Amino acid sequence: MADTKVMLMQGNTAVVEGAIAAGVRFYGGYPITPSTEIAEGMAKRLPMVGGKFMQTEDEIAGLGTVIGASLGGLKAMTATSGPGFSLKQEMIGLACNAEVPCVIVDVQRVGPSTGQPTSPSQGDVMQTKWGTHGDHWVIVVSPSSVPECFTLTQRAVALAETYRVPVIMLMDEIVGHMRERIEIPVSYDDVPQVNRARPTCPPEEYLAYRAGESGVPEMADFGSGYRWHVSGLVHDDTGFPKSSGKATMEAENRLRGKIMNHRDEIIQVERHMLDDAEFAIIAFGGAARTAYDAVEMARARGLKVGLLRPITIWPFATHEVRELARSVKGILVHELNCGQYVISVKAAVGGACPVDLYAKYDNESATPEEMLAEIEKAMKGDGLI
Amino acid sequence: MKEALVEKYFRAGHLPHLWCPGCGNGTVLGAIVTAIDNRGIDKNDVAFISGIGCSSRSSGYVDFNTANTVHGRALPIATGLKMANPKLNVIVASGDGDCSAIGGNHLIHAARRNVDLTLIVFNNSIYGMTGGQYSPLTPVGSRATTAPYLTIEPAFDILDLARAAGATFTARATSYHVPLLTSVIEKGIAHKGFSVIEAVTACPTNFGRQNKIAAPALMMAWQRDHAVMKAKWDTMTDAEREGKFPVGVLSERNDVKEYTEAYDEIIRRAQGVSA
Repeated sequence: MADTKVMLMQGNTAVVEGAIAAGVRFYGGYPITPSTEIAEGMAKRLPMVGGKFMQTEDEIAGLGTVIGASLGGLKAMTATSGPGFSLKQEMIGLACNAEVPCVIVDVQRVGPSTGQPTSPSQGDVMQTKWGTHGDHWVIVVSPSSVPECFTLTQRAVALAETYRVPVIMLMDEIVGHMRERIEIPVSYDDVPQVNRARPTCPPEEYLAYRAGESGVPEMADFGSGYRWHVSGLVHDDTGFPKSSGKATMEAENRLRGKIMNHRDEIIQVERHMLDDAEFAIIAFGGAARTAYDAVEMARARGLKVGLLRPITIWPFATHEVRELARSVKGILVHELNCGQYVISVKAAVGGACPVDLYAKYDNESATPEEMLAEIEKAMKGDGLI
Repeated sequence: MKEALVEKYFRAGHLPHLWCPGCGNGTVLGAIVTAIDNRGIDKNDVAFISGIGCSSRSSGYVDFNTANTVHGRALPIATGLKMANPKLNVIVASGDGDCSAIGGNHLIHAARRNVDLTLIVFNNSIYGMTGGQYSPLTPVGSRATTAPYLTIEPAFDILDLARAAGATFTARATSYHVPLLTSVIEKGIAHKGFSVIEAVTACPTNFGRQNKIAAPALMMAWQRDHAVMKAKWDTMTDAEREGKFPVGVLSERNDVKEYTEAYDEIIRRAQGVSA
């Protein structure tokens, strides 16, 4: 076990440290509340490890430089919040279609538009899935604590590299700005590194988008002797544009398959006090923090309540939620928006048990007492108490 | 251009290109690969990044590290790539609309930073891919599908714009002046810093037809008759310059630190290494 140090750290700073530990060596971005500390941290930390930081002219260029740096072989990342996340959508589409690994941190604020820049919200849940135009598949993960900001950023980088896909780290103002105890390695030298698969075949045999069983093609760094073509147009395994309907279907099928065929490796949930639970809360990110206390308070009153906390938001934890619905008699989804994630929960549950929504969108996270009241209300409604 | 250069630099199986008969884009692309060949740069060390539009399709034809990216935003992608690997010779191909309208912000900031990129602006004065709409470089008084009553917007001088924003090398030539075009691209690649080369090219299909100069030969003749070598331009009065434009290397300065080299100083400072 490597030497560790204990610190009091902000979530956004833990993202910076997680990125440095994971081997991120390029950051391009634009200041925006409540994510700015990530840019500030990267500006300070990256050059210390020989990496590079750029404050770009706008949000779009931020992700543009990240895509360019990733083509050049660096692990690369950007961070933003709602308005900036909206601006980045076209570049996210390019990264999806051209399969350029990158991590985009979205520290959510209240929206739409300028909204409430310093108040917590989880209103971007659906945008992370459907933000850019066209069918596309990305991976979205959401941390609930400062230590998890550190570990999940590393995992986001690993997922991006493994599946050659944009990975969105969906945070909220609560987790981004909260300070907590964290124990991290003194040195990152021994942190395991996950790197994209690079070709080993002779360059003349390299087909840039030929994928083996994994569905993920090997990716050559620009300048490494493998000359290939990147395009946002629909392309075949050569990487060059193909306009046939068959080519479109094959491309879409592979882009979907490389994610969905690995859903068991990609999807993570935390199951808390669920073994004997009659009733379950589903909550993620900052909103899940309230649930731990609410579960404890409910248990003290003799109510068998547990928590399912999705860590991977997209692809959706369909099997896990479906299984939960078979083991409990009611589910309460809590999110800091008017009800986004609940749509997918209801689709997965399919009527196997009642699903209620505790939506909160008044700039504040719920208190455990408020959540307990919602739990009791839902359980009464479901005839459980 | 020489057959051997086609063989060496163009991707087998990807020609013929999609450009219309009489289009000048092929001539400009020919000048770019000739310039690269003249510089003796290994193909593995060239990245060729383009945006979206007719001219941006050029990246698919040439055998380098290539990317056909998003509309107007090849420059940020090229900048990130150059930061990741400063040894690459990064060429950016962009059209007048791509570069001066949707990508205008990226242009001025790439110029301000003085990143060592070579930007070739294929200026055909029109949006060709979408069928003939006016761009910020369309001369005022032109007809376009979105200007059926003629354009009223003055055009940018893209090189004045780039120079004012900090570009340390600017040059212009046309698809008529091929040796000159090749030579200024070569100089732009050699220049350490942000180079902008405006290649005035002809779009008979979408600009010419709407503006009654549809014959490609007439468009070439227009380029010949309106371009003036820089040395002569400098001696002309404002009245003599009316309707004409200068060609050749228009500006070059070497007193501004190149961006990736400047960033190396940041790394040294962050690591506590004194310069």
